[in-house]
Amino acid sequence: MLEHQMIKVAVRKSSLDRRDFLRLSGLSSLGLVLGLGWKSDGQEMIAAGADAVTVKLNPYIIIESSGTISIMNPMPDMGQGTFQSVPALIAEDLEVSLEQIKILQTGGEKEYGRQTAGGSNSIRGQYQKLRTVGAAGKEMLILAASQRWKVPVTDCYASEGIVYHKPTGRSFTYGELAEEASHLPVPQNPQLKDPKDFKILGKNYPRPDVPLKVSGKAVYGIDVELPGMVYASAAHCPVFNSKLINYDDTETMRIKGVKKLVRFQRALGAHKYDAIAVIADTYWAAYQGKLALKTNWDFGGNDSFDTEKYEQTLRDMAGNEGQVVHSDGDFENAFHSAPVQITALYELPMLSHSPMEPQNCTAQWHGKDLVEVWVSSQGADRVKSEISKNLDIPADNIKVNILFSGGGFGRRLYNDYAVEAASIARELETPVKLIWTREEDTQLGPFRPPTFSAMKAGLAADGKPLAFQHKVISPSMGSTLEDKKDTSGESSSMTEGISTQAYELPNMKNEYVFSQIHIPLAAWRSVTSSTVAFAHECFIDEMAVRAGKDPLDYRLETLLTKPSDTKRLLLKLKEVSHWEKPLPDGWGRGVAQYEFFAGLGGYVVEVSSKDRSSIHIEKVYMVIDLGTVVNPDTVALQVEGAATMALTAATKSAITFKNGQTRQTNFHNYPLVRINEMPDVEVHIIAEGGPKIRGVGEPGLPPFAPALANAIFAATGKRIRKLPFNINQV
Amino acid sequence: MANISLTVNKKQYQIDADPQMPLLWALRDIIGLKGTKFGCGMAQCGACTVHLDGEAVRSCVTLLGRAEGQEIVTIEGISDNTSHPLQKAWIELQVPQCGYCQSGQIMSAAVLLRENPHPTDQDIDEAMMGNLCRCGTYTRIRKAIHRAAEIMNG
Repeated sequence: MLEHQMIKVAVRKSSLDRRDFLRLSGLSSLGLVLGLGWKSDGQEMIAAGADAVTVKLNPYIIIESSGTISIMNPMPDMGQGTFQSVPALIAEDLEVSLEQIKILQTGGEKEYGRQTAGGSNSIRGQYQKLRTVGAAGKEMLILAASQRWKVPVTDCYASEGIVYHKPTGRSFTYGELAEEASHLPVPQNPQLKDPKDFKILGKNYPRPDVPLKVSGKAVYGIDVELPGMVYASAAHCPVFNSKLINYDDTETMRIKGVKKLVRFQRALGAHKYDAIAVIADTYWAAYQGKLALKTNWDFGGNDSFDTEKYEQTLRDMAGNEGQVVHSDGDFENAFHSAPVQITALYELPMLSHSPMEPQNCTAQWHGKDLVEVWVSSQGADRVKSEISKNLDIPADNIKVNILFSGGGFGRRLYNDYAVEAASIARELETPVKLIWTREEDTQLGPFRPPTFSAMKAGLAADGKPLAFQHKVISPSMGSTLEDKKDTSGESSSMTEGISTQAYELPNMKNEYVFSQIHIPLAAWRSVTSSTVAFAHECFIDEMAVRAGKDPLDYRLETLLTKPSDTKRLLLKLKEVSHWEKPLPDGWGRGVAQYEFFAGLGGYVVEVSSKDRSSIHIEKVYMVIDLGTVVNPDTVALQVEGAATMALTAATKSAITFKNGQTRQTNFHNYPLVRINEMPDVEVHIIAEGGPKIRGVGEPGLPPFAPALANAIFAATGKRIRKLPFNINQV
Repeated sequence: MANISLTVNKKQYQIDADPQMPLLWALRDIIGLKGTKFGCGMAQCGACTVHLDGEAVRSCVTLLGRAEGQEIVTIEGISDNTSHPLQKAWIELQVPQCGYCQSGQIMSAAVLLRENPHPTDQDIDEAMMGNLCRCGTYTRIRKAIHRAAEIMNG
């Protein structure tokens, strides 16, 4: 269904008779640029100077007459593999190998549409569109060759960037054909390759960024260097919403290399936070200057915020009636009349994204009106819109250069650091590179929202569910970032997936209780599913235990009587994890799955405990349901990574506040899982084709912690309802 | 400020810098070798790992004054054309995700393999515990070090 709709969209919106030459900066010669796309304002070509032509179409494929083929990648790579997997969608149907092409990153230009990697959407959002772009290009090149040879087009075929005439073996390279091809109409409905002929898609194709990343040659935002560049280190107040009253820079200005100070504001969503940057000719001098700076802040009462008190507030609100987000049947009646009633409260904490590359951005103003930035970000389009909005300049006056990102996990959806760098650069004559410290990255948010879940279930004597309730009590991302006071529109993102699991639960009534907070909160890998799935899947386990059933069989036989993708996933998990094989004494296994906007995945985790307290993870099995897979090895990597991140989230530190600021500052008190703590993860992919393409980056996260906690219950009888927990002493 | 002479990847550099500046920032911002990364600034994450006279050190806390006169090797100096067994193994097993920590991972692993050409899983864990990876490439790093040992030992 989805696939079909996407074809229709692509065809309806395609620019049907586009043929344009252009010269882009950095290209040595004229060539073919084509694309199918989003005619934003009806203009095909807006400028044709001697050095540059801007074309209003989607120039995804650039073939220079010299033979160089470039493919534009709209999806920034933060480690999720889009540097390979997204260009591969074009290359496959264009009939070029990835070794033949140059991959260029788009910079937020309108004609490329969405250029944000987030929501595990890069492949599923681009699959049909970019394959169609590649196929159209190939058909134009083949047609150009057949016309030159004056032979039927059906006698020609393309392979590895060359068009061949089958009967004679004659050939032309794409470079030789590009100019002629560009005069041809763009095919409306090009023939996509049969998946059985795929050379790239579905294969473990090596990623072109890997050799760069093992030799120190990959360029991240933090590595950008420009002539005459200076450095900035900024003082932000760790108590949110504080105002900078005044400062004393006497000591700062004594540090050799320090040039000046620039006051600016950090823009995050609807918030503007006061800050001040020290500018110097080296980063070290700027940082020393910041340490020497004496700042005087007005906390505005925000220095009383305390996590323990806030958590008690959430706990107290668990009994409140919330906004009903799903109601089916008569929950109250069914619950109160059920022979067995279970209730539980689950508590999930605030977290920091903590990508390895601290936030940074390099910015330079070209005159008064134009700004250029070099940045590690999850979305060039978002960088543009954030700078445009906050600095009040037209988006067309902003040039964005996207570099490799040293991790993202949602943090780099919010481009506050790019706006900061652009703001600081406006006060300088030279380019400036702003680098945050790890402490700033840990303390300044935006953070994953904490969610509490009040669970209720009524069971029949035989264990069948009669009533079910998942009530989420939490602040919301929308209210903190966008300053939306209306809580009614926020509940869907804060109650992600709780009403849409495949489980057959009668009389289900789910609610949302909103709690105010002034701390900025944001999407963290797998968003709210990263917290609410823990409550949901552990509580299903509690129901199975009360029903006296095996937790996997309870899901399969009692909760999933009809066929569903979830049932298929759990059956596969049962098989690959050898679920029915007895475990040694002191061992336990747990299962969990979660389906949400990004996709569907599930785990079986096996643990052992010698003393019913200290836990060792023995083995992890994971199944992810994708429909279509582009690079199975990248999928395995993403799942291994999601499991690692989930283990850190479950067993390491939360972000907690005392006196209005985070207690955690750096990796010594906000630790991550280390190599000795990470077990092997066996990944299985369900990819049976079909129209539904699911995401990869996030589905590996939500079900890991509940599977682990359920395994710990099986091994020790101890039920974990609050994260993080101490894995050495449960 | 002082005139400091550094030997990096067998090349001599004379730089004018604060001897209290960590080696990391001199490598990156003065000498221009950007493969060594800034992660935490307090020797917690290992992204800045380089070799100082053959030992793996965290360059974010190694003062320039201490590095002077010693042999410094960075990720750019361990091979030409990614031919080091660790780099080959890293490519073969497609270890990196974001890749930001990988220079440091490889520099730590290089010392391990030099000292211990046949490391066990436990040896690897002990040697690599100082290198964080937020993307979660640990299990591949473990496999890649075993693979590099195989390549090295022929």
